[in-house]
Amino acid sequence: MKDSGADDGSYQPYSYFQLMEVSLRELLVEKGVLTEAQVTEEVEAMRRRSPAIGARVVAKAWTDPGYKSRLLANGSQACTDLGIDVAALKLVVVENTPGTHNVVVCTLCSCYPRMLLGIPPEWYKSRSYRSRTVREPRAVLSEFGLQLDLDTNIRVHDSTADMRYLVLPMRPAGTEGWSEERLASIVTRDCMIGVAVPKPH
Amino acid sequence: MIERSYHDMGGLPAGKVEPTEHDYVEWERRVDALMVLLSGGKGGKRLMTVDELRKNIEALPPDAYDRMSYYERWVTSITQTMIQRGVITTEELGRKMAELGKRDGRKV
Amino acid sequence: MDARFKPGDVVRVRKAFPLGHIRTPFYIRGHSGVIERICGSFGNPEELAQQRSGEPKQPLYRVRFRQKEVWPDYQGSDADVLEVEIFQHWLE
Repeated sequence: MKDSGADDGSYQPYSYFQLMEVSLRELLVEKGVLTEAQVTEEVEAMRRRSPAIGARVVAKAWTDPGYKSRLLANGSQACTDLGIDVAALKLVVVENTPGTHNVVVCTLCSCYPRMLLGIPPEWYKSRSYRSRTVREPRAVLSEFGLQLDLDTNIRVHDSTADMRYLVLPMRPAGTEGWSEERLASIVTRDCMIGVAVPKPH
Repeated sequence: MIERSYHDMGGLPAGKVEPTEHDYVEWERRVDALMVLLSGGKGGKRLMTVDELRKNIEALPPDAYDRMSYYERWVTSITQTMIQRGVITTEELGRKMAELGKRDGRKV
Repeated sequence: MDARFKPGDVVRVRKAFPLGHIRTPFYIRGHSGVIERICGSFGNPEELAQQRSGEPKQPLYRVRFRQKEVWPDYQGSDADVLEVEIFQHWLE
C-alpha cells in the first residue's frame, strides 16, 4: 500500500507508531484477517463522512416539521430515512430552543456521531474540553465565542455509553424562503456539537 | 486521587480550550479503518470490541496518555488487544517491526 | 433484563470505586438525578472490555442532574443540567 506524503524522493524513517501500524496491518493481511482493499475502502468511506451529512439532516428538520418530530423521536431511523448509512449508530438528537442550549462532550474518551460528522476535531478530544465542559459549560462556550445569558438554560450531554448526540440548532432569523441546500450551508460542525450557533451569511 | 482513573477527567481543572484542528494523515486514517474492520464493521471479522480499545487506552501510563497523540493511543491499544486475543504474538510483532524498520520508510 | 426505572424516577448513582473498565464517570458517583429516558438495553461494557459477552444486556438510562447539585462552585443558571448515560446496575 502506498503511503501518501512527500514524494520528493527523500526517505524518512517511520515513527514508532507508524511502524506499529504498518506491521500490524501486514500481519493481519498475512493471517487472512483482512485485506488491504478493505482498509483502503474504509479509509475512503470515512473520508466521505463530513459534517455536510449532519447539516443535511438539520436543514431537513428545519423545513419539515413532521421530519423534525421523527428525528427527535428516533434519530437513527430518521437519518436512515434520508438514505444515510448510519450502521450501528444510536443517535439522540437534542433540540436548541429559545430557552435551552445543548452541548455535547465525551469526558471518558471522545465518543462522537462519526457517521454524521466524520472524525472529531482535535479540541473535542482535548483534556481541557473533556474536563471543563461538564463543570463550566458557560465558560467553555464563551471561549468559543458563544455567550449565553442566564435566561437560556444549558443542557450538557456526556456521551458515556452507547448513544451518540447531535445538536439540532435553532433556525436563525433571516433565512426565510431558503432552500434546504442553502440552509445546510450555514450548519457547521461546531453548531451540531453545540459550541456555536448558525449564522446566516 | 488514586481511585480516579487518569482518563476519567470530567470536572477536573484544566486550561483554556485551544480550538486546534488536525489534518489527519494517511496512517491515522488507516488506524481508524483497522478499528472499524476489527470491531466487525464493513464486513470485517469481529475480533475485538470498542470496549477493549477503550480499556487498553485507559491502561496507558498517565505520562504516555498525555504525550501520545489520539491515533498513537489507538494503534497501541488495537495492537495490544490483538496480542491479548492471540491474533498476533509479541514475537511476530517484534520481528515484523524490525524487518519493516529496515525497509525504506516514508513519512506518512 | 427488565427496566427497574422509568422516566421521572429519582435515582442515585452508587458510590463505588472498583477497578476495571467503567463507563460511569467518577464525578457523578453518589449524586442523585432523575431518569430522562430509557435508552434500551445494551451489553455491559465492563464485561465486554474483559473479552466476555456482556450478556445479559443491561438497561441503559439517560439521567438528568442539576448542575448546582453536582458542583459546589457551579456558575450558571439554577436550571442548568447535566445528562449522563448510566447503566442500571449503577443506579439505586
